[in-house]
Amino acid sequence: MSLLKVEGLSKHYEGRRGIFDRLTGAKHTVVRAVNEINLTVEKGEILGLIGESGCGKSTLGRAILRLHEPTRGEVTFDGTEVTALDAAALKAMRRRMQIIFQDPYACLNPRRTVAEIVGLPLKLHGLAANDAELREKVAAICAKVGLKPGQIDRYPHQFSGGQRQRIGIARALISHPEFIVCDEPVSALDVSIQAQIIALLLELKREMGLTYLFISHDISVIGYLADRVAVMYLGEIVEMGPVEQILANPRHPYTQSLMSAVPEVDHAGRNKRIRLAGDLPSPLNPPKGCKFHTRCPLAIDACRSQQPGAETVGPGHTAACHRLAENLSLLDETQA
Amino acid sequence: MSLAAETPAASETILRRNLATFTGNRLAMLCALIVVLFVVMAVFAPWIAPHDPNETDLFRRLQPPGWMAGGEWSYVLGCDALGRDILSRIVYGARISIFIGIVVILVATTIGILAGLAAGYLRGWVDMLISRIVDILLGFPYLIFAIGLMAMMGPGLWNIIFALAYKEWVIPARVVRGETLVTRELEYVEAARALGASRGHIMLREILPNVLSPVIVVATIRMAHVIILEASLSFLGLGVQPPTASWGSMVADGRAFMLEAWWVSTFPGLAILFLVLAINVASQGLRDAFDPRFSE
Amino acid sequence: MKDALLEVRDLRTVFETRAGRICAVDGVSVAVRRGECLGIVGESGSGKSVTFASVMGLVKAPGRIESGTIVFDGRDLRGLSPRQMRAVRGRDIAMTMQDALTALNPALSVGEQIAEVLEAHDETLPARGAARRKAIRKASIEMLGLVGIPSAETRLRQYPHEFSGGMRQRIMIAIALACRPKLLIADEPTTALDVTIQAQVLELISDIRAKLGMSVALITHDLGVVAEHCDRVMVMYAGQVVEEGPTTEVIGAPKHPYTQGLLASIPRPALRGQPIHPIEGQVPDLIGLAPQCRFYSRCTQRREACLAPVEMRAAGPAHNARCILIGGDEE
Repeated sequence: MSLLKVEGLSKHYEGRRGIFDRLTGAKHTVVRAVNEINLTVEKGEILGLIGESGCGKSTLGRAILRLHEPTRGEVTFDGTEVTALDAAALKAMRRRMQIIFQDPYACLNPRRTVAEIVGLPLKLHGLAANDAELREKVAAICAKVGLKPGQIDRYPHQFSGGQRQRIGIARALISHPEFIVCDEPVSALDVSIQAQIIALLLELKREMGLTYLFISHDISVIGYLADRVAVMYLGEIVEMGPVEQILANPRHPYTQSLMSAVPEVDHAGRNKRIRLAGDLPSPLNPPKGCKFHTRCPLAIDACRSQQPGAETVGPGHTAACHRLAENLSLLDETQA
Repeated sequence: MSLAAETPAASETILRRNLATFTGNRLAMLCALIVVLFVVMAVFAPWIAPHDPNETDLFRRLQPPGWMAGGEWSYVLGCDALGRDILSRIVYGARISIFIGIVVILVATTIGILAGLAAGYLRGWVDMLISRIVDILLGFPYLIFAIGLMAMMGPGLWNIIFALAYKEWVIPARVVRGETLVTRELEYVEAARALGASRGHIMLREILPNVLSPVIVVATIRMAHVIILEASLSFLGLGVQPPTASWGSMVADGRAFMLEAWWVSTFPGLAILFLVLAINVASQGLRDAFDPRFSE
Repeated sequence: MKDALLEVRDLRTVFETRAGRICAVDGVSVAVRRGECLGIVGESGSGKSVTFASVMGLVKAPGRIESGTIVFDGRDLRGLSPRQMRAVRGRDIAMTMQDALTALNPALSVGEQIAEVLEAHDETLPARGAARRKAIRKASIEMLGLVGIPSAETRLRQYPHEFSGGMRQRIMIAIALACRPKLLIADEPTTALDVTIQAQVLELISDIRAKLGMSVALITHDLGVVAEHCDRVMVMYAGQVVEEGPTTEVIGAPKHPYTQGLLASIPRPALRGQPIHPIEGQVPDLIGLAPQCRFYSRCTQRREACLAPVEMRAAGPAHNARCILIGGDEE
């Protein structure tokens, strides 16, 4: 059984209607930030969730944790339906499901010391009998993430970005959770610090038997550490599969163009660029049919009217595209 | 450049850094000192005042200040129409002004913080309700509103406090609501929610400490305002009742003798001016130190 | 250096802060040749942005240039009056900022902002009147077309917030290029953008460089971007240049342990399953630095000789690095 199962999960935001709109019966403007997502995460694996800004990947991570209440759909964690839990049961569940944030500056309360920030979960869940035990546990987890014991009474602004990210990781791990949503945890960091944090996350995963949903816009990072990858575009998963499959044989034209756009140190100038026309459409007014058709070089009439469903294209590998059967690749075409 | 901001000296808290900025501002420090002197004067009034403020002596009716002809140095600022020592009355009057200023601001700020936090964090109908009340109260002119309340309740120390606090809380409430709306979206608030923290914990422990700086600044600025309002009410005879000394009523007492005995109104008027000015300048220093965004 | 458009020698830029004196740029020498794209790589605090802010005369208090020469196209920029410097900025050297949303004026339409630059610097415009307005309009439309913004005529009337992030970056490039500068300084032009948009913007800069024959100084933290777009690269660390040379050499065979570490620590699919070896520790505090190799505390190959000041050494005909391991003599 999968550790985490997400079925038909949607998060829609409704625009506010003023009195005038209500009187005239105007419709709500609805932003489908996350739409009908199905996925599973196995125990001990890293599922990489990739997509550009505004594609809904962070919203999906938060909806899974019910930090943003989902509009529809079910989330099941270790046999328990998270989406059906009441407030008290959800609080207990939070100990087992945690999140690490992107911004090392915004994610720590500037008025609290490291000991207070990292010790908070112990206090909230009554996991420490007294202050001495609490400090001991805080010091232990801080040492584990690479902070010095003498630093736990300092304030966040006395640390660098990388160290702050370590504090955020310590806070997420102190209650010994099983599943962690990593929401772009290295995107805001310098290159050499990125590598440190990635190495730390992998080491902690091995040691503590963690499972990650790793959200990133960086294919290089995902390609390095994920076991499976889900590619999101405008609130929907367009392709999902084992990372080797996605890297070697991406089937959705969006995945293909995403991969060709990444500048790489190793093969400078090797891969041809797929030039995507235009920008990400506004989620307020998404295109009909396949959401990618406005930028897709392969779009045909069917793409503009019908939304493609996810089809299996290999073992554990699915993609949603009308032209899968033709086995076209943008990469081949542009190279020729 | 951001370089300077990224290398804070070790063991420096935000509070200490702000305080250092404030103490570096000499004018603000001087004014803060004046405010402190006024407070000391109020607290130790019985020891500082040379005479009993309510002791009447008709032989000294409208006696001029010490340096003028007919004045006495032991009654340095002269006497009023009932022969009471003006200096002693100013010293005692400081008690009323400062007490009312502090109590009104404390009550109003506490209510304002709670209302602002609730409106800004809980949103929905709570926000609707509180914001509407705030809008309505802001619609009335302050002094006229207070006069109306005083007329209904009658004069008295606690009635003044009630009449002023009744409307004063909307100002901190608006500030806190605005700050809360910004802070609630920050990741550390989300982190607390992800850890299972309750709404009360998030509002009081995570958000409140981070919205406090602007509230402290606003509270000091408003304190000066409240002192003027109290003086205005007393001037109109709706404030503290005689014979208790209050700066506002002292100014009013001297009105009839403005031409022959200018000192009766002038000195309490100057006391109001100095205290309010000192509070304003000091609070501006506080504002620059604690909340750079507020300075124009 | 021959055919150098911009030549900076021994630049020192310092910031006096309450906590102490920060030497953000410490003896940096850099040359940008005519028509080339020079990549400047470094982490935050490496001094890469401050170096070029110094070139532009845009260092704000408490910072100031302490010493060094900045020669652009045969003129010493440090000797210019503020008025003369303003004439150089925008006309001869242009700069684009990382965050296009805050760098553009939200209250002015895009057309007005391009026109502003043309008004200030373009001497080929007719003196006044309708002819001048018409010429400005024509030039503005041309610039938007050049940076690939469709229906330029209507877009000119729109305001920055009406454009997407990628479009805003293009507009900033259009404004920067309005007077056909000889040098474009692009400060992290794509950091705020998504990969597919990033690719578009970088290609745009390369295309325009070829078309207009200008030089580009591309400031970035992304070695991948450098590898694909730059002729030469300069790696900065803690206020100093630690390595410079042709991109293929620096990326293919880095000589400085910092460059090596940086390249080894980029997570990428090719390294799957292998542990990455991050550079341990962090960038040193720029206050009160000892006169030693700046990378000493993080270097895996450090030795006693590194505690003395280290100069740049030749590692190839055009390839230099600041490390005592180069050239064999370790003393």
